[in-house]
Amino acid sequence: MSKIEDILTRYRSGSHESLIPILQDVQVEDGYLSEEAVVRIGAFLGMSTTKIYGLATFYDQFRFTPAGRVHLRVCNGTTCFVNGSAPVIATLKETLGVEPGQTTRDGRFSYELTACMGGCNEGPVVCVGETFHTHVRAEDIPEMITKLKVLADLK
Amino acid sequence: MKGIDNSEIRNFLTAEVLRHGSDRLPAATEKRLAEIRRDRPSVPVIYVSSGSAAVIAGSRKSAAAAQEYISEMGMKAMVVMTGCHGPAVFEPLICIHLPGKNKLIFRNITEDKIETLLNGVFHNDMPEEDLVGQSGSTGFEAWNSIPFIEAIPWFRLQKRVVLGNCGCYDPESIGEYIARGGYRSFLKTIRNYTHEEVCDIVERSGLRGRSGGGFVTGLKWKYALNSASDNRYMICNAKESDPGAYTDRAVLEGDPHRLIEGICIAAYGIGASNAVIYLKTGSALPLALLKKALADAREYGIIGHNIYSSGYNLDIVIRQEAGAFVCGEETALIGSLEGRRGMPELKPPYPTTSGLYGKPTVINNVETLMNVPLIMERGPEWFRTMGTEGSKGTKLFFVGGRGRLTGLIEVEMGTTFRTIVEGIADGVRDARLFKTLQIGGPSGTFMTESDLDLPVDYDALRAKEIAMGSGGLIIIDETTCIVDFVRYYMSFIHKESCGKCIPCREGTGRMLEILENVIRKPITEDSNATLERFKGVMQLETIAAVMKDTSLCGLGQTAPNPFISALNNYREEFEEHIFDRRCRANVCRGLRTFSIDVDKCTGCTVCAAKCPVNAIYGTRLQPYFIVDDKCIGCGICYDVCKFSAVTVR
Repeated sequence: MSKIEDILTRYRSGSHESLIPILQDVQVEDGYLSEEAVVRIGAFLGMSTTKIYGLATFYDQFRFTPAGRVHLRVCNGTTCFVNGSAPVIATLKETLGVEPGQTTRDGRFSYELTACMGGCNEGPVVCVGETFHTHVRAEDIPEMITKLKVLADLK
Repeated sequence: MKGIDNSEIRNFLTAEVLRHGSDRLPAATEKRLAEIRRDRPSVPVIYVSSGSAAVIAGSRKSAAAAQEYISEMGMKAMVVMTGCHGPAVFEPLICIHLPGKNKLIFRNITEDKIETLLNGVFHNDMPEEDLVGQSGSTGFEAWNSIPFIEAIPWFRLQKRVVLGNCGCYDPESIGEYIARGGYRSFLKTIRNYTHEEVCDIVERSGLRGRSGGGFVTGLKWKYALNSASDNRYMICNAKESDPGAYTDRAVLEGDPHRLIEGICIAAYGIGASNAVIYLKTGSALPLALLKKALADAREYGIIGHNIYSSGYNLDIVIRQEAGAFVCGEETALIGSLEGRRGMPELKPPYPTTSGLYGKPTVINNVETLMNVPLIMERGPEWFRTMGTEGSKGTKLFFVGGRGRLTGLIEVEMGTTFRTIVEGIADGVRDARLFKTLQIGGPSGTFMTESDLDLPVDYDALRAKEIAMGSGGLIIIDETTCIVDFVRYYMSFIHKESCGKCIPCREGTGRMLEILENVIRKPITEDSNATLERFKGVMQLETIAAVMKDTSLCGLGQTAPNPFISALNNYREEFEEHIFDRRCRANVCRGLRTFSIDVDKCTGCTVCAAKCPVNAIYGTRLQPYFIVDDKCIGCGICYDVCKFSAVTVR
């Protein structure tokens, strides 16, 4: 919680327009928006928590559950789609058994769909941390997940 | 790899260049600037591109390897990181400039190729297969028997104005930008022109907003300037919502300082002392570059209080959007900046009269603002020499999809789309047939073969009901299913609809549902579902028309565009899906049935092992078979079979 206090001191004016930047900073710090954080931000800005949730759920960026230990970003841009990202996403969904934005029950994995990441001639692109997997095919997914499980367990 | 910026250079640039009143600089100053620009390097210079596309292809590792090679050999040479040159297929792209010689351009130089490449270049044993060509001007010695890049259509057919600096300088270095003539247009502007004159010059140049609408930029500025108010705001929309294009981001990564200069001039033009850059979220590299560029500009006194004793104050801040497609719409963008849900509002009042915090606000996109410093430097008449009657200047496109060459391009207005597809992108890859060109992303349209002869021109396209969009061009070949593509865009829009007005919120959902029914697996369908499917199909066109007429903002009004243009141009493909339950591109999962040819199957078990739903059964070394009820049509078995035993119907 002390980190949230540090963030809040940067927005001393406490005006409502700083809500989105505060939420963004908290999410960068914690990885997600916890209930305690939202309550604290509400008290700071003098806003009801329902209003904050109403705003935060509108935007794609915010998540309300912790991300998995390994977080995958899958490009859902048009070029990757043309190059066959749809089967990749479908296979990922079947392999992990969760929807985009959710975390697997064992806490190992979560994944999100992003707009173009810039690797259009290398698509479909899947990004794990700083590593970019390029030319991913649906049949590569189970093996990739098995390998990443090891990485997730190290964390 | 260290930038050239230090306090000595800063003092020189601010005192001798930026404070210098007239356009012409003394010869001694020019000579020093040429040194900073590395016009005639005394040591070999290795330029490595470092934009997002290059980083994904591994350019940072290549740069590190080059640096290591130099220090190992004890050579005097420099490695410079630059923005992207444009051709994404060539990344990591490396440019080598030996003293007195023309520049050499090499493609796809990954980490492991660096040593061979540098050995080759320094010992005159060129690695031919990695070479793109040489580029140079007078005064440099040409390489023998190496083609000039101007011979390649990709380079010859483009006109690089906005991209003029991209790939030439280190985007982290403000000093190099100033040495290339940067920030002098802005200082000239605030010294010599009034606000009205700036708006007038930009209006006379004929510059039109590049975000899709094509509104005359100078006129928009005038509206804001003429709205009585004590404060005004300038917003640069760098959000770039189209999921398939990254023109703005590439420009930002290659030349962040010119964008800042454009914002400065625009803010001065409308009399604003606050400007906001509304940046896309999740793009770490542009954010870091912009932050550094703004900090440097502040240090050089280009933004701040009483800029170069002109009495003009300007502050620029970066705000990151939070991930909502609809926030590209002006009123929604303002709502999001004010800390509300990004929902569009009724216009008028337009933002130019009542925008951010109720003050007059101008919103321009990155590409528009990139043109502004050049117009102020070279004059509106120069800008009018490029382009067509109604559309002046150049246009950036991101050419993606199935073209042989993909990447960021800039063409003069009036160039035909055929030139782009067949010339610059060099046709469709893998010898496939061209099917359609998608322009403008999820709100855009499909262009058929015959539409390719249209020029890049706002009015010519509008006459054909095609929107220019923000710069996404996707080349599509026969392996993509149009119905599936329309469904992909509709699912995107449905997810991004803000939910304020009913035509958009319900219309997109209903259209998506009907399109999904069309490509659903027939085997699980009962007679009632079939009836529902047909009822839906009959209503698709009506829903599209209602959405177009009655939605509140551009998002809803343009959402049916891909569907309408696909139906007009590729009706037979829709009918095949609906009546014959067949997908000619073999893409739609539900409509595919797979079977195993018993004569070809060797029973190697690969398909059974890879099948995600265990729908393939059999005994080892005997022919396998697929259970249709379980099969989800993913096609993995088809892709992995080494004996072509799996057939698709």
